[in-house]
Amino acid sequence: MYAQMIKSTGKGVKSLDEMDPEERAFQERINAGGKIEPKDWMPEGYRKTLIRQIGQHAHSEIVGQLPEGNWITRAPTLERKAILLAKVQDEAGHGLYLYCAAETLGVSRDQLTRDLLTGRMKYSSIFNYPTLTWADMGAVGWLVDGAAIMNQVPLQRTSYGPYARAMVRICKEESFHQRQGFDIMMKMVNGTEAQRRMAQDALNRFWYPSLMMFGPSDAESVHSAQSMAWKIKMNTNDELRQKFVDQTVPQAEYLGLTVPDEHLKWNETRGHYDFSEPDWDEFFDVLQGNGPCSTDRMEARNMAWDEGRWVREGLLAHAEKKRARKMAAE
Amino acid sequence: MSSPESGSYDATEAAPHGKPRATEWPLWEVFIRGQHGLSHRHVGSLHAADAESAIKNARDVYTRRNEGLSIWVVEASAIAASSPEEKGPLYEPSNDKVYRHPTFFDIPDEVGAM
Repeated sequence: MYAQMIKSTGKGVKSLDEMDPEERAFQERINAGGKIEPKDWMPEGYRKTLIRQIGQHAHSEIVGQLPEGNWITRAPTLERKAILLAKVQDEAGHGLYLYCAAETLGVSRDQLTRDLLTGRMKYSSIFNYPTLTWADMGAVGWLVDGAAIMNQVPLQRTSYGPYARAMVRICKEESFHQRQGFDIMMKMVNGTEAQRRMAQDALNRFWYPSLMMFGPSDAESVHSAQSMAWKIKMNTNDELRQKFVDQTVPQAEYLGLTVPDEHLKWNETRGHYDFSEPDWDEFFDVLQGNGPCSTDRMEARNMAWDEGRWVREGLLAHAEKKRARKMAAE
Repeated sequence: MSSPESGSYDATEAAPHGKPRATEWPLWEVFIRGQHGLSHRHVGSLHAADAESAIKNARDVYTRRNEGLSIWVVEASAIAASSPEEKGPLYEPSNDKVYRHPTFFDIPDEVGAM
């Protein structure tokens, strides 16, 4: 997902009887569907896990602008260009909503940015893959945003108020992203033979990286169990991945494209598609910073930060000067 | 989407002359009034060097889809908020004043709408 491999305390979920009164009240409030707000008491593990999770999600939105930004100057028509610009601008907005939510937990924006730029914090593995053709803009919207929606819709009910509210805004906008991607794919498959091949090639390259977005199976993970007890994770990785496959395969069929998995098959008794697991070694390798575009992405973010420094400082100096003038005039 | 009570937050103000400048822009809370006559509503927060750029940023971040016709921005540090510990003393007294709700009173059906 946009937040992958988030480690919580790892000590296993405490029962209500094992908790002191404060933590017990906190957990009972979550169990009853209540929201936790910034100034409320919360266990340190909840706060730290959320900072990691929301921070990683925010970083993913920001870094996620790069693969699509790659095509803004080369969009095939003015209309497609305007749409893509609007979409990439939305991603920046999503990053900002999420950084604000993380900041309510007592971490500063600059700290989060520093942690991304130094590699201490991660972003989703998916954005380390290249966008080689225009059809990739279709595949990214359709598959990558489609996978993100699977995770983000349930997170609107997450226990942390600012995070839930950010998710509500994001989900409202995300549907546009997926639809514009699918629209590109429809145009491509109804175009020339070369365009159709391009669309198939994009699906071939993005299918498994999209499945990886959900992270490896976490049915046995103590971290996931804790996050689910805290309602900062609403479904297991496998549940969401299955849901994504079940939804996406018929859409691929509609497009006349072939999902690159020879074991993909409808399972009548399960009522779900059976499908092949992605290559998890590749996933861990990409997460370690060895993806095809990992170096490029980090270089681009570092460059934006370094070269934007004079703007940040200049505007602050200007604001200070204006404030001083106003004080002197009064 | 933060709420006014943001966490510990030191590096927002510009440093006095001679001191190294704080590099982080202050945090602003954003309130938007939509089209249907409702009052301004808190929608989230953002960083900006001053009020003027905070309004411009709020336009880009929070009104990309016609969400509003008027924007207020307030520096987060200027907001005073009630704290969760005061919840009891602040809000509980209203619990035993049920007569403030119209449903407290039984009005006979014959009387009609009231």
